[in-house]
Amino acid sequence: MHHAIINLNHPAHYIGLGPFSISLGNLLIILAMCIVFLAALFIPFPHSDKEGEDQK
Amino acid sequence: MSTSSWTGRVRAATLEKMKPEDLLPEEQPAYVASWIYIFGVLTLAALFMLIFSGLVLTVEGPAWWHTSTIGHYWNSVHLWSVELFFIFMVVHLWGKFWMAAWRGKRTATWITGVLAFGTSIITAFTGYVIQTNFDSQWISTQAKDGFNAMGIGAYFNALNTGQAILIHVALLPLVVGVIVLWHVLLVRRKGVVPPIDNDGTIARGAKK
Amino acid sequence: MSPKLMVDPSKKWSGPTRPYDLVKEIVVAFVAVALLAGGLAFLFSSPDDPAVTLKSWALTNSADFAVTATGELAGTTTSAGYGAPYNTAAKGQHFGFIKLQDWAGVRIPIDPANDFVVKPLLMMNDSAASSAVAEWSSANADQQSTWATAYADALSKAEGKDSVADPSGTFGPVPQMVASLLTMAKSGALDGALITSDTPLPTDFTKSLLFLGDSEGYFADLASKQHLSGDQWGVMNETGSWPGQSWLWLFSFWYQIDPFKSSDNADTIVMLLMGVLTLGLMLLPFIPLLRRIPYAIPVHRLIWRDWYRKQDK
Repeated sequence: MHHAIINLNHPAHYIGLGPFSISLGNLLIILAMCIVFLAALFIPFPHSDKEGEDQK
Repeated sequence: MSTSSWTGRVRAATLEKMKPEDLLPEEQPAYVASWIYIFGVLTLAALFMLIFSGLVLTVEGPAWWHTSTIGHYWNSVHLWSVELFFIFMVVHLWGKFWMAAWRGKRTATWITGVLAFGTSIITAFTGYVIQTNFDSQWISTQAKDGFNAMGIGAYFNALNTGQAILIHVALLPLVVGVIVLWHVLLVRRKGVVPPIDNDGTIARGAKK
Repeated sequence: MSPKLMVDPSKKWSGPTRPYDLVKEIVVAFVAVALLAGGLAFLFSSPDDPAVTLKSWALTNSADFAVTATGELAGTTTSAGYGAPYNTAAKGQHFGFIKLQDWAGVRIPIDPANDFVVKPLLMMNDSAASSAVAEWSSANADQQSTWATAYADALSKAEGKDSVADPSGTFGPVPQMVASLLTMAKSGALDGALITSDTPLPTDFTKSLLFLGDSEGYFADLASKQHLSGDQWGVMNETGSWPGQSWLWLFSFWYQIDPFKSSDNADTIVMLLMGVLTLGLMLLPFIPLLRRIPYAIPVHRLIWRDWYRKQDK
């Protein structure tokens, strides 16, 4: 019943260091989360014309 | 305008504190200008997708998705929605932590947020237990040890698939839903926390 | 230069504002996330390794099935020696005086020798099985244990075999019982027998999953090949190459290190620890030092940089 464009139905890759071990899938999810967080902090937020210097 | 009747007290504590322009605002404080602010609503959107795809999966029963292409697709939507849900929620949590967003009598907002996080983890977990496949068989036999060790297993038996299904689709979504609703209403009522100032407790910004 | 005034964050904001459209934000977010989730599902699908059964176990690894079934009779399997909530064979896990497992009591009574082996054999309409069970049932507990333990030893020596001959009769009825149960399992009848033992329309798989969970050579082996075991960070992992419950990383972490890893009470200790940590996160606004971190590390200068820039003008 798998109709994936990218087939993940195969044994996973694991990245390990000492007692740490993580599957590539989980690592990518966690990295994506960190990148999204940093992007949210650094990417400038668009301003509308109405605001700016207006200290009403 | 409240009276001392129960009804009057409830109205004073709820409706009279909820102003329409706070619930559905058309303006925000000028400091609300960062992409970090969208992760609350993104979490809600992912929760909506979870509930929607979950409801689709309930219609033809717990084993439907094993034999139907459409069922499997909706199972996939459910899985990816939960991955997105936790990504958005954790980024939201990080953002609120660095803003010290509990300032200004917003402690209850923070606490309900953490409660929503915790109950979501339990809910997601029960979802993994009811997949009715090898993964759920293994997860339930492992999880029972954790629950049994806490005395919880005597009441919530992870190996009882019927019990786990009902808890996952009825009880826990209700609990998460109520907590999330409470959290969102607190956010709307208290407004978005102002920037941290140098003194660390008081924000600056308004002028005379 | 405008004067800088202090504002009480608990008061309603009366400073400058910017236009905002909450409903538009909600609609855009919902559509975007729907497209994202739908798209990811289309791209990557989701895992679905078929469930295993007592039948697939018996057919794939009959020797492991025989060893485990004998272990149930000998009382040496995980389930047979579990304790609460299934039986009183062991003291439950505890942390100091906190004995939550024992306090909850035996609420799901399971006697593996009887429930997994003896009762199913009685459902099998087979005279050899019935007379073996009759012999077993009429013996006392010591005799039963002697037979089963001797046969378990013999099976473990005869690695890879699902039966061992008994010329001197030291195993009693045990070889016949195990052989009959294996036949029953291979036919699929044992799966049905275990799940319907309490109710004719079952939704509860406790017995068959506990029996399966006692298998080390089949069920646990399948799991560890997929990195699902507890000591492999398996709590976080998923079958295939899909991401799993990565949010359980901290829970999973404790099981990888001492003193938790080697503790007999690891589950109780880790669950309690995670409870305390979650409570700590919840009460963070009240915890000295920790609640000062956002002030000490000024990520907020980045979040509100536009605002601060205007203020500093």
